Amino acid sequence: MPEISIKAESIFHVLGFSITNSLILSAVVFTLFIIIAILYTKDISASKKSGFFYIFNSLLQMVYGLFESILGKNTKLFFPVLSAFFVWILFQNWAGLLPGVGSILVKVEEHGRILHIPLLRGNNADINGTLALALISVIMIQAFGIKFLGLGGYLSKFFNFSNPINFFVGFLDILSEFSKILSFTFRLFGNIFAGEVLMTIIAFLVPVLAPFPFLLLEVFVGIVQALVFSLLTTVFLNMAIEKHH
Amino acid sequence: MNAEATKLLAVAIAIGLGAIGPALGIGMIGSKAVEALGRNPEAESQIRTAMILSLAFAEAVAIYALVVALILKFT
Repeated sequence: MPEISIKAESIFHVLGFSITNSLILSAVVFTLFIIIAILYTKDISASKKSGFFYIFNSLLQMVYGLFESILGKNTKLFFPVLSAFFVWILFQNWAGLLPGVGSILVKVEEHGRILHIPLLRGNNADINGTLALALISVIMIQAFGIKFLGLGGYLSKFFNFSNPINFFVGFLDILSEFSKILSFTFRLFGNIFAGEVLMTIIAFLVPVLAPFPFLLLEVFVGIVQALVFSLLTTVFLNMAIEKHH
Repeated sequence: MNAEATKLLAVAIAIGLGAIGPALGIGMIGSKAVEALGRNPEAESQIRTAMILSLAFAEAVAIYALVVALILKFT
């Protein structure tokens, strides 16, 4: 059986911080993300646009339509951050499927033992990465709720003293804000990590041809999870910014 | 039964029982979505969005069971 680790392992240390294998791949994808963003914005004003621009534009247009069906007239304001969530999670999911990720091993000495650990690991298969995304998403939802309704208006959604039932429902709403962080984190982490475990096990059992359909499934799961994360953020955002009724 | 066997059994039971509920839920969501689509084909995009969202909520339960099983297995 191949060795599977549930947490990202540190490759080396810089000033006491451990640089994990998921952080290395994440940095690569981050660079790619920045390069694509620069190329795209450069092409917006250019008179002769490249084919890449049109492909990426049609992807963004599709996502814009989805968000517009939920947010309505507020779509323009929130589209940058929501589409950034979508594209970032999509790239991270797909980067975890590239050949070499998880299969290139490096020697690391830890507590006097020599370990062979993967050099690269998908960022969303590391719980810290998905926790960061979930925290950004949930804190952003609270911040925009306060911005749109005012502090008093937003808090009155949670603290309602008109009758005991409403008070109890408000208490449950506070709890559900915290459980959003948990469910965002574990949904993305579970899906992507389970995909990686599945791929490893299938490749171990039948090395030739059998992993191919599972690879296609994982490509699809990558799109669906990116869509689910950004759509759920959109729906919660829409619930937070609309008036209490 | 030694400790290792008990652990493997716990993993299998955790994911096996944990997958029953979400499986039923996802089946119901899918059947109702197709039904709604048959009645009202113009509303396809709205039905799809609502379906994906409710699928995500149902699936999350299975994922929690999976995470518990994976933690039991690999730690």
